[in-house]
Amino acid sequence: MTATVYFWQIGACACAIALAPLFAGWVAQCRAILQNRSAPPLWQPYRMLRKLFRKEATLAEDASWLFRGAPYVVFAAMVLAAAIIPSLTTQLPAARVADAIALVGLFATARVFMALAAMDIGTAFGSLGARREMMIGFLTEPALLMVLFNAFLMAGTTALPAIVQNTLAQSHLVLHPSLAFAAVAFVMVLLAENARLPIDNPSTHLELTMIHEAMVLEYSARHLALIEWASWLKLFNYACIGFTLFAPWGIATHGVSAGGIALAVLALVAKLALAGAALALFETGSAKLRLFRAPEFLTMAFLLAVLGLLVHLLLKA
Amino acid sequence: MNELATAAPTAVVVLGLVGAWLLVGGLGLLRPNAVGWVARVLFPLGALIGLGVAAAGVAALLPAFAPQRLVLPLGLPDLPFHVRLDALSGFFLALLGSAGAGISIFSAGYFRAGEGTAPGLLCLQYHVFLASMAMVMLADDAYLFMVAWETMALSSYFLVTTQHRLPEIRRAGFLYLLMAHVGALGILLCFGVLHGGSWEMTFDAMRASTLAPFWMSVAFLLALFGFGTKAGLVPLHVWLPEAHPAAPSPVSAMMSGLMLKTAVYGLLRVSLDMLPGGPWWWGLLTLALGLGTALYGVIFATVQTDMKRLLAYSSIENIGLIVAGIGLALVFRSFELRVLAALALTAVLIHAFNHALFKSLLFLATGSVMHATGERSLGKLGGLIRRMPWVAAFALIGSLAIAGLPPLNGFVSEWLLLQTFLQTPRIPHAFLNMIVPLGAAVISLAAALAGYVMVKFYGVIFLGKHRESSLAAARDASWLERIGLAWLALGCVLVGAFPQVALDVAGRVTQALVGATVQRGPSPWWMAPVAANQASYSGLWYWVGLLLATGATYLLVRAFYRGRTRRTAQWDCGYPWQTPRMQDSAEGFGQPIRHLFGPVFKIEREVPLPTDAAPKYRIQIEDRFWAACYQPLGRLLQRITERMAVLQGGRLAVYLLYSFLTLIFLLVCVL
Repeated sequence: MTATVYFWQIGACACAIALAPLFAGWVAQCRAILQNRSAPPLWQPYRMLRKLFRKEATLAEDASWLFRGAPYVVFAAMVLAAAIIPSLTTQLPAARVADAIALVGLFATARVFMALAAMDIGTAFGSLGARREMMIGFLTEPALLMVLFNAFLMAGTTALPAIVQNTLAQSHLVLHPSLAFAAVAFVMVLLAENARLPIDNPSTHLELTMIHEAMVLEYSARHLALIEWASWLKLFNYACIGFTLFAPWGIATHGVSAGGIALAVLALVAKLALAGAALALFETGSAKLRLFRAPEFLTMAFLLAVLGLLVHLLLKA
Repeated sequence: MNELATAAPTAVVVLGLVGAWLLVGGLGLLRPNAVGWVARVLFPLGALIGLGVAAAGVAALLPAFAPQRLVLPLGLPDLPFHVRLDALSGFFLALLGSAGAGISIFSAGYFRAGEGTAPGLLCLQYHVFLASMAMVMLADDAYLFMVAWETMALSSYFLVTTQHRLPEIRRAGFLYLLMAHVGALGILLCFGVLHGGSWEMTFDAMRASTLAPFWMSVAFLLALFGFGTKAGLVPLHVWLPEAHPAAPSPVSAMMSGLMLKTAVYGLLRVSLDMLPGGPWWWGLLTLALGLGTALYGVIFATVQTDMKRLLAYSSIENIGLIVAGIGLALVFRSFELRVLAALALTAVLIHAFNHALFKSLLFLATGSVMHATGERSLGKLGGLIRRMPWVAAFALIGSLAIAGLPPLNGFVSEWLLLQTFLQTPRIPHAFLNMIVPLGAAVISLAAALAGYVMVKFYGVIFLGKHRESSLAAARDASWLERIGLAWLALGCVLVGAFPQVALDVAGRVTQALVGATVQRGPSPWWMAPVAANQASYSGLWYWVGLLLATGATYLLVRAFYRGRTRRTAQWDCGYPWQTPRMQDSAEGFGQPIRHLFGPVFKIEREVPLPTDAAPKYRIQIEDRFWAACYQPLGRLLQRITERMAVLQGGRLAVYLLYSFLTLIFLLVCVL
């Protein structure tokens, strides 16, 4: 029993690590199709990883140990986050180590290390990117916590597997108004945290408007590969958080059997395909906001989440 | 004395250690200018005594410990000093001793001759300061408490004005002394209300006195005012960002890390121990003040350009979080939700301990930086991670801990505080159970901004290029300083890895204060304070997971990576003419916050014209409370004293008349 639980725990992690580039490739493909461009193949991200892991790495002369170590920490943080989020099964030993608040802490750790690494070389674009990233970060983090608070109050727990079980235990589909507010806020947070439009453009080549890309300008080869992989994992993790909170159907709950997991994988792939297409559609339809409009966007997300909280507390709904 | 020693052995030990601190201080005067004697012998001795105090504090936290009392043959006739050692004093003594030991060891490597006050005198002031803080925590009557409190204020005043030749430091010291006395007045009046007409000054008598609800509220508000002034609650915080940077760094560390905790101790002692219960609005007021303070402090911290002022504002933020937790505990207690009150208090106590560790650590690190570079303005630092790797590594731990990142200690208390907020919908009050949970939004915003502050603090000081060419000659801290820093950093890591132990320790205090404890949960590996299946966190396994994942990634990449690594010039999008001035300055890094929270600040800005031959940009950010509260108050005081000056005519005959009239008046009163 316990051995299989640990086996599936590692399996869920490996699945996230393997699937994350595919998800990123799918979003890129959908975007290209929607924008009438010829689409890159689905496995383009894997090719990119292979290329980056073969190249010679160049390090700036005054790069310190923090700069060299940060990609590993960021990648590890994202892998740990994938271990906590019940994307396939709710029988996760790791989810007892860290609940959803610690999950937010993991994302914050990754962000802080990324920003510190960006400041390490002392280039103009690096510190610019770090400053902007921290600005977006301090706005999204409370919004994300408030979204999670909605779910916590509804389920009476901060453990993500228990939230999933709580939702799945309900015999019929109930639409909670507070969760609807939270869902909208969550999508806004997801866009901002993953450097997507309208906050940041993942495919930009204009340095002055960059946020995430400006921070990683000095990285190359294996370090860059880890950072790219980590950011795909982050998008994957965020999508999975969204599924656990708002659409947990398909996640294996009672006991872990190979069949249940297979079903969960299928459900996950289907949900990811839908979510990726929706993300691409949204991104195609929106334009990048000016940097100082971004706080308004994120304040709105925060207020929506707080509104959801108020609705829950007022109406118990 | 023998029977005393058997009746209260631990308390006698603590008193002996306090006496030893005073003795060590006095020994400093033997050879006041011998740096070797003071720094290499006396300060390490003080650190050892600190460890002893911490051990005695821990002894008072053991489950079998019963509160110990002593009556000292000191003080005024018929008014002896009462001393009591219980779980609450024990907890704060452990905090004082353990963090104080780190600061003392650091000080042994830090203090040098020729910096203001002579080392021997400094040593006396330093140890009197430590001893008076310990006595505040031991005092069991209002008289001893006020004596210790005032000694603490005075000794720290002299420490703040170590560099008394600089006028701005004298000014900061005066402001500090003034605010300390205004606060002490509040505490004195609070005790005056608490004895309830019995004129018994022992705390036992105050606990036993029955007060009308109105007078209880008056006492509570006076305590909140008095201790709030010491703690730096907005709007009583103005002295803090002036006094903390003015002091030498170890003293800043003591003031921020330890002295602010005496205010927390006092507030807990009066509001939860001496006042038996109160209406819920006490808690709501405290909670609102705490949340406001937290947000205000952290917003101001983001825009500071002096590294010690930045840390001082960050202390205001942390005190805000602590006071908000006390407010929650008071709300819960007023509804007899004792376990939840214990949960809130646990968060408060652990955060107080954590703050003592990481804030001291960061203040000490700024001391090393100042000694190595002679600069404390963020705009003239940068790139020190390459010159001072040890200090940079310890400061990184402190910065990550204060930013509330797991698996360090700051996260533990933040986690507990958020868990407490999640329980607030259980308050049986239709208005409160709706409004209080929203406080979590403020807490999370403050915590996220704290991350911003720490990236700025660490990034601008230690990362990037040297902003001044002189920084290339900076040397790392001496080994004594490193030991002090390492001790505090180790504390941050250990509390983060074993939060369940901290939970048990805090449980002893909450049992004494609110009559309930928070259980760590069924497993020894995680803490699950609410319920096992609702919320759990394991610092140790988190550490293991993070280190394993990072290590495995590193080894895998090493095993499969085929390319070489080459050092080249930086790229920066191919822009070749990079100078250190193109990095973000401290002002630049705070710019988004200045933009977003513009109305909070009072900004004075000088922007150069395009035609200026020598363009100059200057920006000054001030506290609005100065102009709104303190300056009108000062002007009013000035006007009143000018009127009163009429009495001082300068003629002897008139003065004699005053004495005569006073005498007549007193005689009439007596007869």
